[in-house]
Amino acid sequence: MAGELRISVRTDADIVTARQKGRVLAEPLGFRGSDLALIATAISEVARNIVVYAGCGEIILDVVRDGEREGIVVIARDEGPGIADVEKAMQDGYSTSKSLGLGLPGAKRMMDEFEIVSAVGKGTTITMRKWRRSHEDRPYRPAGT
Amino acid sequence: MRVPILKQGDYLIASVQDSLADADLLQLSENLLTQVGLFHSRGVIVDVTALDVMDSFACRALRSLASAIRFRGAETVIVGIQPEVAFAMVQLGLDLAGIRTALDVEEGLELLGNGKDG
Ligand SMILES: Nc1ncnc2c1ncn2[C@@H]1O[C@H](COP(=O)(O)OP(=O)(O)OP(=O)(O)O)[C@@H](O)[C@H]1O
Ligand SMILES: [Mg+2]
Repeated sequence: MAGELRISVRTDADIVTARQKGRVLAEPLGFRGSDLALIATAISEVARNIVVYAGCGEIILDVVRDGEREGIVVIARDEGPGIADVEKAMQDGYSTSKSLGLGLPGAKRMMDEFEIVSAVGKGTTITMRKWRRSHEDRPYRPAGT
Repeated sequence: MRVPILKQGDYLIASVQDSLADADLLQLSENLLTQVGLFHSRGVIVDVTALDVMDSFACRALRSLASAIRFRGAETVIVGIQPEVAFAMVQLGLDLAGIRTALDVEEGLELLGNGKDG
């Protein structure tokens, strides 16, 4: 595998870059169009949170394998203010910036796995994975690759 | 300008070209608001066919755009939301809060025409 992709995130243009790279990484894995949109949207949400709440951070993208399964892992990491009440932050409609409060719970719904670790004053790390639905849609790969 | 705005009769048509950064969306709102006044437009169509992601920010920006346009006496119709984008919006929990939508520009124009004259 080509190895992980790191995108440093500071501006709204970086958010666009991160979600485009996620799509480019996920597409050849054989994800269908609706899954690509879910992955790109989830990346957009966690990347925007970095810009809005932490100022800067990074998105790390990689392919994950688990036996027969193949998917994509997205890590959003920052050393910003952290989240005091993670449980609250994961609820629909909870926002400290008078926004919709949908980014975190929405990203969780859009991906298959979602873990968040946050410490006040230290920062936030979100790890999310999405698995390609079934090995039947595995893309054709020439032998020996 | 990232988003060209076309004047067609009483209406303005803004066609979003590709992945929009936040600043582009805010710029679009500003430009549309100005032009609605300039041309006395009665309706605005925002064509998002080329958008591959509609996240919470984009949705909120479109909602604000539509209500600001409304304050200026015109109506907004969002057209061209792609099926997979619509699917992702639902998963995210977004709604367009009363902004009208149509499949494409033609149907958007029809909707605006009917709303005003009929
Ligand atoms: N990286 C982060 N660092 C610090 N706080 C965060 C971070 N991400 C999220 N939060 C906190 O969690 C809350 C919920 O985040 P979430 O993305 O769900 O909603 P939002 O950003 O407020 O609104 P939306 O994403 O719908 O525009 C935020 O309001 C913020 O207080
Ligand atoms: Mg958010």
